[in-house]
Parts: sequence; C-alpha cells; structure tokens
Amino acid sequence: MARIDLDHIRHAYGPRPTSAKDYALKEVHHEWNDGGAYALLGPSGCGKTTLLNIISGLVQPSEGRILFDGVDVTHLPTEKRNIAQVFQFPVIYDTMTVYDNLAFPLRNRHVPAAEIDRRVRDILEMIDLSHWADRKARGLTADQKQKISLGRGLVRNDVSAILFDEPLTVIDPHMKWVLRSQLKKLHRQFGFTMVYVTHDQTEALTFADKVVVMYDGEIVQIGTPAELFERPSHTFVGYFIGSPGMNVLPARVDGSQVTIGDQVLGLDHAPDIGSAAKVELGIRPEFVRLGREGMPVEIAKVEDIGRQKIVRARFAGQPLAIVVPEDGEIPTDARVRFDPAAISIYADSWRVGKEA
Amino acid sequence: MEKTWNNKAWFLVLPVLVLVAFSAAIPLMTVVNYSVQDTFGNNQFFWAGTDWFTEILHSPRFWDALLRNLIFSLVILAIEIPLGILIALNMPKKGLGVPVCLVLMALPLLIPWNVVGTIWQVFGRVDIGLLGHTLEALGIDYNYVQSPTAAWITVIVMDVWHWTSLVVLLCYAGLVSIPDAYYQAAKIDGASRWSVFRYIQLPKMNRVLLIAVLLRFMDSFMIYTEPFVVTGGGPGNSTTFLSIDLVKMAVGQFDLGPAAAMSIVYFLIILLLSWVFYTVMTSGDAQA
Repeated sequence: MARIDLDHIRHAYGPRPTSAKDYALKEVHHEWNDGGAYALLGPSGCGKTTLLNIISGLVQPSEGRILFDGVDVTHLPTEKRNIAQVFQFPVIYDTMTVYDNLAFPLRNRHVPAAEIDRRVRDILEMIDLSHWADRKARGLTADQKQKISLGRGLVRNDVSAILFDEPLTVIDPHMKWVLRSQLKKLHRQFGFTMVYVTHDQTEALTFADKVVVMYDGEIVQIGTPAELFERPSHTFVGYFIGSPGMNVLPARVDGSQVTIGDQVLGLDHAPDIGSAAKVELGIRPEFVRLGREGMPVEIAKVEDIGRQKIVRARFAGQPLAIVVPEDGEIPTDARVRFDPAAISIYADSWRVGKEA
Repeated sequence: MEKTWNNKAWFLVLPVLVLVAFSAAIPLMTVVNYSVQDTFGNNQFFWAGTDWFTEILHSPRFWDALLRNLIFSLVILAIEIPLGILIALNMPKKGLGVPVCLVLMALPLLIPWNVVGTIWQVFGRVDIGLLGHTLEALGIDYNYVQSPTAAWITVIVMDVWHWTSLVVLLCYAGLVSIPDAYYQAAKIDGASRWSVFRYIQLPKMNRVLLIAVLLRFMDSFMIYTEPFVVTGGGPGNSTTFLSIDLVKMAVGQFDLGPAAAMSIVYFLIILLLSWVFYTVMTSGDAQA
C-alpha cells in the first residue's frame, strides 16, 4: 500500500513535443492517498490509460516524477514497482491451468509454496472458479478469463496499488455488479490504493470515493460523486456526468444579472467573470422546475424513462433538458424556473464560484 | 434453424475438382496401374500383382534411401525450426527495420530451386568456389565431390539457407499477432524472458509452427532438385535420397513398375508421417 505522488507529469508519444497539442497528457500534478479508491473517468482518448500506464511504469513520462511513499520510482521498471494491473481485455496464459495462472505472479516472486496455495485458494473462492482450478485456462469464457485476470492482480496482497484499465468491459451486466461489489469489499478489507479507469459514469460513481474526471489530456475535476454532480467545475464535467448532462446555455453576465437570449435572471451573487471571452450558465435538468410560472419554454419532445420523464424543450432559442417526476404535470403553456442554488456560471468553460 | 442446401455450390467447386482430378487423382491412378504391371516397352503390359511392392520392401537400396531421407528431414527440422523461431523473436516489430528484414528474409524463397543448387554447387567448389576455396586455403579439408560428410554438410547448409526464412516468416506472423497487453501483463506479473517465451509466445505460435513443421517435413522429405544439382546423389550413394533414387529407377533404368510401386510407398510414408506430426502437435488443443 502506498501513497502515490504524480509530480508535474506530462507525456507526449511523439519525440520532441513543441506545443501543448503534442501532449497526450498535459500537466498532471496530483497526490493519490494511501488506500484511496479512485476512478479515472473520461471519454476515449482523453489520456486515462496513458496516466495509468505511467503509474505502472509501462510508459515513461516525458516530464515529471512519480513517487511511491515519497520514493522516486520514475525510472524503475514495472516489475520493480510492485504494482498490479488489470487490462481491458482478458490476458491469460492459455497453456496453464486456472490455478497456475493465479499462482504465476507469486511464483515469479518466489513466495513460499504453502503461502501461494493459501492465497490462490482464497482468490479462486472469491472469483467463484474453485471447481475449475485444474482446467486449462484456454477453454474458458471471456467472463471467466477476465475473472482470472482480476484474480492475478488481487492475489498479490502486498502491492503498492492495483490499477484497473476498464476491466469490466467484456463482462456481462449481471456479473459486473457482482464483481464491482466484490472489488469494493476487498478494498475495504485490504485497503490497497486502487485506481480504476472507466468511461462509464455509473461504474465510476458507485465504485470510487474520489472520481478524477479527465478531458483532453487534463484532469478537470477531482471530487466525490456528489461534488461532481452538484458543482461541476468545468462544463465538460457537467455534460459528462449525469443523464442527461447539464444544460449549458450561452449567457451574458452583468453584475448579479444573467441574460440568456431575451430572458433575464437574477443571481444571489455577482460572479467574477474577469475578461472571459465565453460565459455560460449551467443548470442540471433535475433543478429546472416545469410549471405554470416563470420563463416561457417550447416543449419539443417528452421521453418517458420509467421513474421520471425527460422533457426536451427550447428555451430562449437554446435546447434545454428538464427532468420531471413520473407523475409530474406538463402544462400546455409551460414555463420554467431555475433553482437559484443550482445555477453555476462558467467563464471560458471553468466554473466561477460564489466565493470568487 | 433448418439448414438450406444450395446445389449451386457444387458448380462453384467443379473447376477445382476437375483440376485436382487431372493433376492428382488421374496421375495417381496411372501410377497405381503401373505398379501392378510389368512392361518391356512397345506399350505391352503384363500383370505383376504385388511383386514390385515385395521387391521394393525387400530392397536394401530402398531402405537405405529412406533412412538417409529420414535423417535428413530430422536434421533439417532440428535446425530450421529453432533457428527460425530465434530469428523471428529477434526481428524488429516496428519501424524501418521491418520491411528491410522481411525483404531480406523473403529473398532466398524467391530463388528457383535449381538456381539455389547451382549457386551452392559453384560456391562450394574447391577450385573456383568462394566457400570451397577459402576453406581449403584455411587448411580445412572440404570437398563435397569426394567426402560424404562434406556433401551432407553442404546439402544441409544449403537447405537451411534456402528454407529457414519460411519458418521465420511464419513465426513472425504469429508473433506480431500477440496483443501488447500480454507483454504488459507479463511484466506486471514479474515474468522472466523465458517465461514470456514459454507461456505467451510459444503457445501463440503453436498454429503457425504446426504449419511450418509440416511444410518443412514434407518438402525436405521430397527434396530432389538441390542435391541433384550439387552432388547428383553422390559421392557414391551418400546423398541419394528417396526422390533421387526414384528418378534414377524410373527415368534412368526405365523400371516403370518398381518405380511406380516405390512412388506409392513413398507417398504413403509422407502421408503417415504428416498425420503423426499433425496428431501429436494438435493433441494439446483437444485436452482444453
């Protein structure tokens, strides 16, 4: 178990990067607490996997240092870093039995045979493959193979950290829930530092204590699931987290007055937008109240998704999503009000807080 | 779902069937026909029954050639397969080196067999050959025309030079198909270089190795052109392999009956040994 410090890490895959565009990973400077469960969330190609591979040592960062518990490991090869990593697609050793697959990382590290046996049996029990122990791994289903890959990571209980690179992509939905809760349980039990890459927000939000949202090679926000939901610090976070994502409307701010198209709203504070070129107002669909009072909207479509309805509307010439409870009324002459506490103002895509 | 039978499919494979009939089935039948008859020319044939087969199977000449051929094939496999794997493992996986290596590897395969033979025949000559003359100048006794050992070494080295590339290319194709994640996982699991080879690369090359072994076995067991050009089966009978012996018998001595019987025996041996190789090498799959 270890605390992991990323000290001004940057990475470019090409040689001699010149502009910011050449970096797959723009500057990341962050400390991962010992025993934390982190999810790295972001769209494909945002640098999540690069960051993960830098931590595990499969990729050498172009700039910056990595420290495990204060010790510089930047130039240590993967096998010396004491890291476990589980990949997106199952990696198994075809010709070995299931048991040998799990024992492999321990045998390579010369763990005593009795200890290997005890740990492998534990893991076999946990991933529910005890009956398959002596079978060749080749004939297993994708689910079972991925469970073996997970097991090979978990069998080493002394690792500094376990890294997961979208490990549940190939697992079927029912099994996903089971494995995810098992992982959470294990994490509580052993307290290893865990970094979990995913592009699935449900997975990230249920799994992690802290979610790290990445966008275009940068960390845009680190926070608890609630923080990400209530106060997205970047319009991307607002849009990426939540279903549907946050409404982001172009706006003009004048003191504590916001103008959207022909509508004017009063705020309870005066955001400091500085000299931003682009100002936007963000409000989650859950905090837009649909009723007979307020500002006029034009309803385009209603999607009934069971427990609630999503209303797609046009507001001041902009598309606006509204979440209405299952039994909520949708009046013919509909009007909306924004919950003032839930309004965020974004200057050049970054949130301007009340405190600012 | 019910299977639908489409009779049109037969028309599509018909050309191949006709081709195979003319190139393989009909000649084979002719050979079978010859093997049970005797002729003194003039297109007159006499029934001989299984006499030729008995004669062939009792002839020391046949068994000697067969033994020589088996040893030759085994030596070829023992050298070319490991060497091919070794070269394939060390070939670059990306960058400018890839096309360069591939072209270099493919070169020997592009040369016609009799030309390969001629190249080595000249190369090894003591009087004018670069290799033969150099060896002689170094005081090494090498003369493939007189010494059976030198003749064997020449034929084997020539075959290795000619055909190892095929094994390399097949293995290389197998190696580049292994996803990076396997190597990364192996690093994380702390696997040694040997473990990576033994548990990742070798299992993934299994299929192509099967093809490589079968091709190299069949080809080397039927080898004719190169030793014929270089040594002509000599000195003595030391490099007279089955096919050379067969041609001597059929064309040189015009013993069509015994030669036909020998062809059939030869064919059955290749079929049998190939089946053995195939069964042994795929037996691992069946257990899984």
